[in-house]
Amino acid sequence: MDTLSAHGLRSTSDPSRRGFLISMIGAGVMLGYARRSLADQTTGSASELFEPTIWYGINPSGEVTINITRAEMGQHVGTALARIVADELEADWGKVRIVTVDSDPKWGEMVTGGSWSVWQSFPVLSRAGAAGRIALIEEGAKLLGVSPQSCTARNGRVHANGRSILYGDIVARGILRRTYTSEQLNEISIKVPSSRRLIGRDTLALDVPSKTDSKGRYGIDAVVEGMIYARPKIPPTRYDSKVVSIDDSAAKRLPGYIQSLALDDPSGTAPGWVMVYADSFAVASRAADLVKVTWRSGEAAHISEHDLQQRAADLIADPKAGALVVDDPGVDAAFTSAKQKIERTYTTSTVLHFALEPINALAFEKNGIFEIHTGNQWQTLILPVLAKALGCSQDKIVLRSYLLGGGFGRRLDGDYTVPAALAAKAVGKPVKMVCTRADDTRFDCPRSPSVQVVRMAFGDGGRVTAMDHHAAAGWPTAVMAPAFMPKDARGVPYDLFAIYGADHWYTVGAHRVRALRNDLADRSFRPGWLRSVGSGWTNWAVESFMDEAAHAAGVDPVAFRLRLLDGAGRNSGSAPNAVGGAHRQAAVLARVAEKAGWGRAMPKDVGLGIASTFGQERTMPTWIACAARVRVDRTSGHVTVEKLTLVIDAGTIIHPDSAAAQVEGAALWGLSMALYESSEFVKGQPKNTNLDTYTLLRMGGVPEVEIEFLPSTETPVGLGEAATTAIAPAIGNAIFVASGARLRHLPIRPEAVREALAHRS
Amino acid sequence: MTTFKLNGRTVSVHSPHDAPLLWVIRDELGLTGTKFGCGIGMCGACTVHVEGRATRSCITAVGAVAGANVTTIEGLDAKGKHPLQTAWIELQVPQCGYCQSGQIMQAATLLKDYPNPTDQDISAVMAGSLCRCMTYLRIRKAIKLAAARMREE
Repeated sequence: MDTLSAHGLRSTSDPSRRGFLISMIGAGVMLGYARRSLADQTTGSASELFEPTIWYGINPSGEVTINITRAEMGQHVGTALARIVADELEADWGKVRIVTVDSDPKWGEMVTGGSWSVWQSFPVLSRAGAAGRIALIEEGAKLLGVSPQSCTARNGRVHANGRSILYGDIVARGILRRTYTSEQLNEISIKVPSSRRLIGRDTLALDVPSKTDSKGRYGIDAVVEGMIYARPKIPPTRYDSKVVSIDDSAAKRLPGYIQSLALDDPSGTAPGWVMVYADSFAVASRAADLVKVTWRSGEAAHISEHDLQQRAADLIADPKAGALVVDDPGVDAAFTSAKQKIERTYTTSTVLHFALEPINALAFEKNGIFEIHTGNQWQTLILPVLAKALGCSQDKIVLRSYLLGGGFGRRLDGDYTVPAALAAKAVGKPVKMVCTRADDTRFDCPRSPSVQVVRMAFGDGGRVTAMDHHAAAGWPTAVMAPAFMPKDARGVPYDLFAIYGADHWYTVGAHRVRALRNDLADRSFRPGWLRSVGSGWTNWAVESFMDEAAHAAGVDPVAFRLRLLDGAGRNSGSAPNAVGGAHRQAAVLARVAEKAGWGRAMPKDVGLGIASTFGQERTMPTWIACAARVRVDRTSGHVTVEKLTLVIDAGTIIHPDSAAAQVEGAALWGLSMALYESSEFVKGQPKNTNLDTYTLLRMGGVPEVEIEFLPSTETPVGLGEAATTAIAPAIGNAIFVASGARLRHLPIRPEAVREALAHRS
Repeated sequence: MTTFKLNGRTVSVHSPHDAPLLWVIRDELGLTGTKFGCGIGMCGACTVHVEGRATRSCITAVGAVAGANVTTIEGLDAKGKHPLQTAWIELQVPQCGYCQSGQIMQAATLLKDYPNPTDQDISAVMAGSLCRCMTYLRIRKAIKLAAARMREE
């Protein structure tokens, strides 16, 4: 049986103090609050600290320290997770601290992505908090000389008959010992929503102050005694470049320049990299510009954006290619007998992560352990790669956690830690590798370009009888985490993250979704998970298409969607994550239409467009609808987004202000990707490597944004990405209303609007 | 050797005259609140004040500030309680936070020039400060909140 257990607190500075921690191993739980032994009191050793997974501790001062295994990259995730624990624990919020932990197998899978953090952690942390409360009440009751049944816990105290005892005093004076089997733990019922005291209420996020006064530490701020700096020379292609020669004669004239070395990478993560070392980053950066490296590269050095899109189109044209993610019988028959058919093609360009902190890592070996200091989103994924690269076992490597200067999925791939570690190993010294912006871009795992073909069949009376969706793109999961790929009914694996969104909640008769891996993209560069991943392009297609289909059928686009969101069959939803199913999507859609004034007359050249999605994953739907009001300048083709109205049902909201902030940021990301962002590949490289040519949304382009969360006590689901998915189609649909121009490519550039207008007239 | 004043204290640095001020501040002087984003002066993460004017330290040679007063986020207010900083906290502006030192330093000079800034003033002056998390809505609100409080003082 597995156990969850409690022990002394390692970080307690006074060794005579006792604390307790709650930890969990696998399926079962034990809570025990062991007294420190005399020996421990004398030596202050941490021997009583029981590994593995430890969620929180309480010391005799009553301070609750909650261990956060998720990366802090702007979501204020530590605050949300701590609120979940503290609510059930009935802790005094003023005494709650959070600690972002380093990598350790005891934490289990360490990943911060998929907007999963709150959703995954809620049941575990709720029960861990409740288990602590029960144990404290039992021991507190003894100390108060009353029965546990007469006690209540509130605000860091156990109360009974007008008396109370602080949690800290229970820890200091009591003998806390309690075990739970896994069954008992699962039987611990968490609070009913009406008795929550912290969840759903606002508080200042704990990470915010340090981000206003310079005290927050990001990976790029990491230092260690004796470190030198390095900047890489990034090869012309991701996988197939070999170093032929290095000429550093010009760099040798720079004071502080040390040397340039070609890295040998057994993991194949950074093949063809040359590291330029110096005693400061300023010199390393300048030296790298002077070092001349000759590489021999393969096919990828000749690949351009058009080749990638052509390959995607060719794959779609091959009926045998790909995986059938949804495969209802009768699709082809429905199209054969259709009274009306519509088919459209949608495309998207390559998009960069452009996290503002360029990728970097400090690496060194100390006491036989390789330490990697950097911000990272998926420690568990990169550790085995690092082990292979360094030729050691994973237990000899630790990833020290820092704030992330932007994640957005870029730092799910910890590839940048590998060359830093190899650079340190090669010279036997601590090395801090920092990439310039252009280096960062050239080693990015961008959002793959995509091509999609969508078809719909209508039967008698305009009834929708079939829908057929084919999507081709690079598959990040196939490249970086193939074990996470499911298989279709015929056994063909596919990247779920690259097709989510196409498996929508509309009832469309016979439905078919085919996912195609753009093999040329996967060979030529590394496609990445970028904020909402495939849902960022599949919903561009689905929600633009729904509008086009509605217009083709002569039905109002909102009424058309609401009719299809009938919650029939598999769209009825299921507990615990998708209770209510399509009816909840219909609710946010109807509400946003009402809120934004759908159907009201608009001024000339202004249009309102609507889109609705379920966020990213069908298994964890975040119901969202967006109304975009845009103005189109018919002469220049310039599109001004005047207002975005969003309605979201994300179940229980833990920390409302952070939830709103995530939706604000994600919505503006959606706008940025709709109108501004792209970098085509030219000869195997992103063309736009810095802000002189890569454009993003800035202050002047920000519209009014109105956000409403529908009240809900359902399972809390993700908020980091959902809003990105609905914006572009809402804008595209609004442009059509405003001007009659239908745009089917992202980003929407003014010249494309002009062309669409000319085509229309 | 270049001598200048950093946050009110005289400092002398060994970095060559043409070394970017950003890296001198971060690596030689150890103040890491000023951030590296694009290296070409177009994201604003590296913004410091030189003689009170917002300056992109990534494209400013340290030799160019010899004898000048340079202020970084660490020196904006001794207690980290500049009205912009308190407004930033109150409205929970930062997400990842990486650009926010630069945003605050840029906003501080904005408020000197425009104590009662319009939306157009804010859009124009803050145009060079990129926030990848897209916290622009809150940055705008916080600038207005801080401006209102500073006018009351």
